[in-house]
Amino acid sequence: MAGFQFFLEVLVTGLLSGVMYALVALGFVLIYKASGVFNFAQGAMVFFAALSFVGFMELGAPFWLALPITVGLMALLGVGIERFVLRPLVNQHEITLLMATIGLTFVIEGLAQLVWGVEVRRLDLGIKDQPLPWLADNTGLFISQIDIFAAVVAGVLVATLALVFSRTKIGRALRAVADDHAAALSIGIPLKRIWALVWAIAGVVALVAGMLWGARSGVQFALVFVALKALPVLIIGGFTSVPGVIVAGLIVGAAEKLAEVYIGPMVGGGIESWFPYVLAILFLLVRPEGLFGEKIIRRV
Amino acid sequence: MTVQLHAHARAFPIGGPIVEVHDISLNFGGVKALTKISFDVREHEVRAIIGPNGAGKSSMLNVINGVYRPQAGSIVLRGERLAAMTPRRAAHMGIARTFQNIALFKGMTVLDNIMAGSNLRMHANFLEVAFRLPRALREARECREAAEEIIEFLEIEHIRKTPVGRLPYGLQKRVELGRALAATPQVLLLDEPMAGMNIEEKQDMCRFILDVNDHYGTTVILIEHDMGVVMDISDRVVVLDYGKKIGDGTPEEVRSNQDVIDAYLGVAH
Amino acid sequence: MFYREAGQFRTSYGQDGQIFPLRQDRWAMLALLAAAVLVVPMVASDYWLRALLIPWLIFSLVALGQNILTGYAGQLSLGSAGFMAVGAFACYNFMLRVDGMPFLVALVLSGLCAAAVGMAFGLPSLRIRGLYLAVATLAAQFFIVWALDKFGWFKNNDPSGVITAQPIVILGMGFNTPQEKYLLVLGIVVVLALLAKNMARGATGRAWMAVRDMDVAAEVMGLPLMRTKLQAFAISSFYCGVGGALFAFAYLGTVEPSAFTIDMSFRILFMIIIGGVGTILGSFLGAGFILLLPIFLSVLFHAVAGKTVDASITSAVELIVFGALIIVFLIVEPHGLARLWQLTKERLRLWPFPH
Repeated sequence: MAGFQFFLEVLVTGLLSGVMYALVALGFVLIYKASGVFNFAQGAMVFFAALSFVGFMELGAPFWLALPITVGLMALLGVGIERFVLRPLVNQHEITLLMATIGLTFVIEGLAQLVWGVEVRRLDLGIKDQPLPWLADNTGLFISQIDIFAAVVAGVLVATLALVFSRTKIGRALRAVADDHAAALSIGIPLKRIWALVWAIAGVVALVAGMLWGARSGVQFALVFVALKALPVLIIGGFTSVPGVIVAGLIVGAAEKLAEVYIGPMVGGGIESWFPYVLAILFLLVRPEGLFGEKIIRRV
Repeated sequence: MTVQLHAHARAFPIGGPIVEVHDISLNFGGVKALTKISFDVREHEVRAIIGPNGAGKSSMLNVINGVYRPQAGSIVLRGERLAAMTPRRAAHMGIARTFQNIALFKGMTVLDNIMAGSNLRMHANFLEVAFRLPRALREARECREAAEEIIEFLEIEHIRKTPVGRLPYGLQKRVELGRALAATPQVLLLDEPMAGMNIEEKQDMCRFILDVNDHYGTTVILIEHDMGVVMDISDRVVVLDYGKKIGDGTPEEVRSNQDVIDAYLGVAH
Repeated sequence: MFYREAGQFRTSYGQDGQIFPLRQDRWAMLALLAAAVLVVPMVASDYWLRALLIPWLIFSLVALGQNILTGYAGQLSLGSAGFMAVGAFACYNFMLRVDGMPFLVALVLSGLCAAAVGMAFGLPSLRIRGLYLAVATLAAQFFIVWALDKFGWFKNNDPSGVITAQPIVILGMGFNTPQEKYLLVLGIVVVLALLAKNMARGATGRAWMAVRDMDVAAEVMGLPLMRTKLQAFAISSFYCGVGGALFAFAYLGTVEPSAFTIDMSFRILFMIIIGGVGTILGSFLGAGFILLLPIFLSVLFHAVAGKTVDASITSAVELIVFGALIIVFLIVEPHGLARLWQLTKERLRLWPFPH
């Protein structure tokens, strides 16, 4: 059964990396849901968050201090973005806003480079990148502890967010804003504060994603490109759906890994660079609004 | 607001049916927009579709030119029963229309919008246009001449180079009419062409519509809320309410139809 | 005072439809072209030609292609660098495998190859739009670069990984010096820009803009949506492909997939945004701005901070300023430099009078 075991390992690894994609994509969804802006800079934010966290630790702050400081920094960044980039552009075409967030990507990358430098950093969460012993012993599957930890953390984060959205007053306000800005305003919801809050949350999500990714593969510039991978996830899942993003992340992660391992050798490898995007196109042709997205009706 | 329609002999006497609507039913999910609507439109006439808000008037227009696909029923155009109408088919068969919420090309000038309307008649391909070959140049000139004729007709010479996004609402509506006319249609669908206009603008618009009908013989199907306009310029009227037809006939007949009066006064039924 | 149009009457539609209806503009353009052809090659240094003018012209061409697709036809594309790569590799292979292939013919053929690839990747645009389409074009970008790298046939199975572009020879004359390359690129770009302008202000351009502004209304008017969109993809990719071939042959000197990154696609998009979406002039202005900015910044930096600054810091500041400028531009003048130029001309008509 070695073949099946191998398949299972690849599948699970893919699913776990899919969880990571979903985490990054989650930030996108939050901001898109609340403000209709597609925040291209989310990847840069992930990178910046991870880098800052590691940087603070290197400056001597212990784990339990560096974490809240970075959280605060990301929240501040989010508020700043909302205030200085999005508010002046509030009524523009969505493509203009997208362009602005691409410009923002450059700014954040440059900022990261300026403040923390260019070397690759290691992020040590205290968890070893080794197969979990009892899992390997009982099922013969060699799956890294970090990956499992990441999946658990991601799951907790998503569940918390889902609960916040559906049970709390703030969550209801966020959903109202996502649905209809004007209507939300008319019932007294402080739109600007909500937007600032959402961007701050997205920043925190970026931090979590950054930390987990960084622990796995080191904090380096390539992290920004992970964000690009989140785009197919968003498309397949639907831009506005949190569960959709999770499911889509799993699909993309698994499909990408399986394709790389099984089809890759036939064409020399490297399929991962484009496979998710082609997958997204196929999905779009069949179901333009994504798995869980809202159907777009255009009235004349 | 009196425009004497029947006071002169028509250049194009009203002929047989050119558009026939047979038992059209249209649903959006659970919402029944249209239920078994049947009526006809005779060639060269001005036919008004009226009814309270939400009666399904725009949907009816959308079905006629193929933007919406009805669940049941059919459209017969010039005696030809059409299995499925698409907007492009409609355009090729001589139907042009305007929209309730102006659908002009906001990034272009008035002149460009109107010239875009005659796109169907342009046969030169992009290479001929790029290299300014004779056929392309000739078509460009003809297109410009036709557009200028329409601009003169609609009295909008002074704004021909203005981007339409900067124009006031009333003028935008006029430009949209011009763009529809550029296609030299045989049937013109007008969706609330006078919405939001003041009295003078309405008078002008009425004059234009009647001129089009009189001068070119274009059959006009229009949706309109202003009863005065409807009574004055239309030959026959269809009344819709909640997706059903409740009246069909000349303006006088419809005006005295009790069902129609009830619908407008909001009597429960 | 000098820029008045008083006394200049257009008496025919042909005259009204000229590219430069004002006499002053016509003279200015002719003077500019004359200077570009006659004066620049003699006056400009090799560095200026090789590092500034030639890439500016090439990227103006590519930006033109991007403008046709995104600016005029409204189809957001992030794959221009990929189409450039197709053009570059096609040109290389045509020159390599067909004996006696004239360079200009190879150029046109590579453009056509890029156009074909562009159409293939443009097919999703028939069902997808906006942001989703942008992601689909990302697929084009990544897939093309991967394929060109993976399959050795494209690189003639060269193990070294760096292919040198063949020297340019037209009608027996070599085009090897910077001056010669500059004139060749100038000629090609001017011709293609003129063709683009003709298309943009003609029926083709109107069809594109109709699709961009309101495709439902365009369809209702009888416009063939599918044909128009694919046509825009094809023509745009043709321009990008020719640009890519010129990039490899007249600028870099090598043909490699790694030169055509997603980063370049983004920069090309910025060129048209800053230059002016949906304008021909904007492509040139934007390309110039994006190319000159890093140079300007590093010069400024050195002047202000002295020579002892770490390279990583200058590049970081460059990134920040670059991104910030984009954001500022989008806030202040979303229609780009072309609009600013237009506004300047309006002011010039009044100058020196206040109103």
